[in-house]
Amino acid sequence: MNGPVLILGAASGMARAVARSFAQAGHPIQLAARNVARLEDDAADLRTRYGTEVTLYEFDALALDSHAAFVAALPALPEVAICAVGAMGTQKGSEADPLAASHVMRSNFEGPASVLAHLANAMETRGSGTLVGISSVAGDRGRASNYVYGSAKAGFTAFLSGLRNRLAKKGVHVVTVLPGFVKTAMTEGMDTPAPLTAEPEEVGAAILKAVTRKTNVIYTRPIWRIVMAVIRNIPEPLFKKTSI
Amino acid sequence: MTELSGWGRFPRVDCRVVTARNEADVRAAVLEAPLIARGNGRAYGDAALNAGQTLDMTGMDRMLSFDEGVLVAEAGVLLSDIIHTFLPRGWFPMVTPGTKLVSLGGAIAADVHGKNHHIDGSFRSCVDWIDLMGPDEVVTRVSTGDDMFDWTNGGMGLTGVILRAQIRLRRVETSWIVQESRALTSLADTIAAFEDTMDVPYSVAWIDCADGPHHGHSILLLGRHAVPQDLPMRKPEFKVRHKPKIPVPFGVPAFVFKGFMLRMLNSAYWRLGKFRAGEALVDWDTYFYPLDGLLNWNRLYGKRGFVQFQCALPKDTASEGMEEIMRTIAASGEGSVLSVLKRFGPQSGHFSFPMAGYTLAMDFPANERSLALMEQLDAITLAHKGRFYLAKDARMPEAVAKADSRAEAFAAMRAKAGLKKRFTSVQSERLGL
Repeated sequence: MNGPVLILGAASGMARAVARSFAQAGHPIQLAARNVARLEDDAADLRTRYGTEVTLYEFDALALDSHAAFVAALPALPEVAICAVGAMGTQKGSEADPLAASHVMRSNFEGPASVLAHLANAMETRGSGTLVGISSVAGDRGRASNYVYGSAKAGFTAFLSGLRNRLAKKGVHVVTVLPGFVKTAMTEGMDTPAPLTAEPEEVGAAILKAVTRKTNVIYTRPIWRIVMAVIRNIPEPLFKKTSI
Repeated sequence: MTELSGWGRFPRVDCRVVTARNEADVRAAVLEAPLIARGNGRAYGDAALNAGQTLDMTGMDRMLSFDEGVLVAEAGVLLSDIIHTFLPRGWFPMVTPGTKLVSLGGAIAADVHGKNHHIDGSFRSCVDWIDLMGPDEVVTRVSTGDDMFDWTNGGMGLTGVILRAQIRLRRVETSWIVQESRALTSLADTIAAFEDTMDVPYSVAWIDCADGPHHGHSILLLGRHAVPQDLPMRKPEFKVRHKPKIPVPFGVPAFVFKGFMLRMLNSAYWRLGKFRAGEALVDWDTYFYPLDGLLNWNRLYGKRGFVQFQCALPKDTASEGMEEIMRTIAASGEGSVLSVLKRFGPQSGHFSFPMAGYTLAMDFPANERSLALMEQLDAITLAHKGRFYLAKDARMPEAVAKADSRAEAFAAMRAKAGLKKRFTSVQSERLGL
């Protein structure tokens, strides 16, 4: 199978690596983001490296009422659709300004869920396809240091798991990706521990593998599965005294 | 803040690192504070360190176009990326240093040289143009014939941030190298052999510096790109795959790099080379990048790291100068496990390292004895009208660097063009460039 792969939120460092992994595997690539002019160099790169076909689409995750038209306008319904849309904001900013918090929540949950819902319906009708949602380990438990972002990712993770449950009988597979720290613009300036920090290329390779093998949930660095299992299981009375 | 060092792991500096993923990121950084651009961190010393702002260019690694060997790519692309993409299509870098893990921008900034310098010159000979962001955030395309093109090739990133460049690759018919290796027993013999083989595309010698010039055992490796007729039946013409890397988990005890053990190591290497002397078909990776297979081989020297010494001597003083260098090293008992000797062709560019003559590269563990030894080697080099390779340097004093009159001219040009305030590295401050 070498059908087209759609990447939503294609301007991020992680999306660039994901696009390269799939282009190298021989898939035509559809890149979608706000202000497509920013994607020209990435498109040139994919064509130069892999000789693959690349097309660009204007897409705004927050403009929910444009999503149906966006999906309908794609020249081909993708074989794989990968949602890399997200915004971290800052926890301080989200605490001080509920509007800023709302933007983080909408960017990480509402927008991604909306566009994937449209793609899911189209794939369900066709009876095949794979949806990939890039969520976050931050959604595994709310923590004082980033619970606004974390809660939106928790919502997205639950959405993906429900979608997987619904579409499993319809020939459509859903992959939930839980990257820990990844060296991208989002984590720049953060002091992240090296063993827990993945290169974007690792995430790209991990997603390609998960799609090929129809894995359900992947932590891009396996150690995160253990780290988050521990964090999830700290009893609440104890947890509220910690600052993780 | 991130603790950074060059490949030699000496010195280490706490740096504020900013990553560039596109031109807008570079512009913001240039306006923000003085900086030095950094590629993949393969320069040995402090050439790509700036405590206030080190601009990591590895996020700008896109290849923008390719047509019949002419490649336009961003500065952060690694040579290994270029090879893995284009060698299967029959193209190889015109000039490559001994590691494929350098960035395009770094190769230009250091104007790296390869085993074919005596025929093809340094990296600049395959560069058509460079997009350079200056101190005023204006991007200028400099090309052959422009003064700033000459300063930028070999300018150690001190003329601006290299954003992207157009380079030419070489057509090859296979990914294999026909290698001829010769075992020689003195410096004089080795130099004579280099002079006899000036028409061979690639040449380099591993030489034993621990015993003095008259016992300067060396293995001379000559090479040329194989053509299909050179290959035995059923050998694929192009074999390009990612080899797994062997990690080097910890340092080797210091005594290994001293005295008796050191002489034994070098002698064993030579005997092995003598045993294997003759013609062989070698794959591109093994021939050009023998050390890249070891991940983090720079850890061999342990926590304190190591320092490279690489000088070039003009042809007429080279044999005398190299002899004196080797005598001095032998007398000190310090030494380098494997030293590399190479013939250079003519100089090009305003501030590049190579000059017609010979270059010798050695690494020493970073400690006070070797630093003192290197000061002696500095003096010998200067007495023979030689010069030093900035991509390898981590410790030269300003006076030594300024003995090369081109350094004064470079610094003056930088001051006049307003580059001195925007583009600085720990090295440029140390050397007063």
